[in-house]
Amino acid sequence: MPLPDSIATLEGKFSILKKAEFRGETTLIVRREDIAEICRVCKESLGFDYLVDISSVDNFGDEPRFELVYELSSIATNEHLRLKLSVSEDEPSVATVSGIWPTANWHEREIYDMMGIGFTGHPDLRRILMWEGYPYFPLRKDFPLGGKPSEVPEVAFTKAAPLEGGPFVTRPSTSTVKDREPRARRMEE
Amino acid sequence: MAEAHAAYDSKVEGNVIFTRVDAAINWMRKNSLWPMPMGLACCAIELMATGASRFDIARFGAEVMRFSPRQSDVMIVAGTVTYKMALAVKRIWDQMPEPKWCIAMGACASSGGMYRSYSVLQGIDQLLPVDVYISGCPPRPEALIEGLLKLQRKVDGEKSLGDQKRVLIESFS
Repeated sequence: MPLPDSIATLEGKFSILKKAEFRGETTLIVRREDIAEICRVCKESLGFDYLVDISSVDNFGDEPRFELVYELSSIATNEHLRLKLSVSEDEPSVATVSGIWPTANWHEREIYDMMGIGFTGHPDLRRILMWEGYPYFPLRKDFPLGGKPSEVPEVAFTKAAPLEGGPFVTRPSTSTVKDREPRARRMEE
Repeated sequence: MAEAHAAYDSKVEGNVIFTRVDAAINWMRKNSLWPMPMGLACCAIELMATGASRFDIARFGAEVMRFSPRQSDVMIVAGTVTYKMALAVKRIWDQMPEPKWCIAMGACASSGGMYRSYSVLQGIDQLLPVDVYISGCPPRPEALIEGLLKLQRKVDGEKSLGDQKRVLIESFS
């Protein structure tokens, strides 16, 4: 749904790079430096009391490379607002919003773990899924699907997984479901 | 080993049977395989079903799920082994006393299953010696029981006393 009042308030206080409306969803593209202040205004003045999610996108090959997406929601009015900002690879760091919505703590840790974007001011910026010492960021586009070998002694090791053959191999084609469905197949088949 | 396990001689009075020590030890071992339930994913649900009354793994002497590795005989690795969990599984295996066996239950524990991924160990046999692999995603309880029976047949064929002596003698040298 359109959010004229909220957008007007934000435009009055910050520089909004772009506005977009698509199928009733409002998206604002904002400057990276402003995100913490914008989120504070959204929470405290505009009633967006619920941070649904923070996610990150790797536009590998583009500059700036990364994009962060904040999904804001208001429980009282059921309004929804999306904030986007770009992060360059040279300075992969954004101010934390975990002081505004406590739930952002783990969302930001996941982005740090999977994409390698840091959050300044975060109270506990550790990896959340992988272990401390794992040297890669697995959701980046230049990370291979099967992974890379690594080892942290006494903690964990990884090996590259084979990507051909195995117990659940599908055959993309226009043939029948029986021929396409996942089956155990050897590599040469 | 098609030899008879025990013989009964009606000429000897009372309840006396003759057997070999190996056969007696194996008979006791195979009918009281206490599992270490290493339930890591959805296979663990089928493992629970196998333990419950409908399928009743107690019929085969394996109902005593021991959550302490020091009291268990067979580790049933039921589910996806992630690299984060892998060394913990190995450590629990190392804590189990000999003799011990391992069942890899389901596609994930056997081979990584559908997780051709940076985060999943491609089969627990990379870390532990597996005795029985069970296919399925997840396997039905009947399949797990069949795997257990296969393991029982394997235990039955072992030279339990001879191997124990060999290990003992090796430990002296």
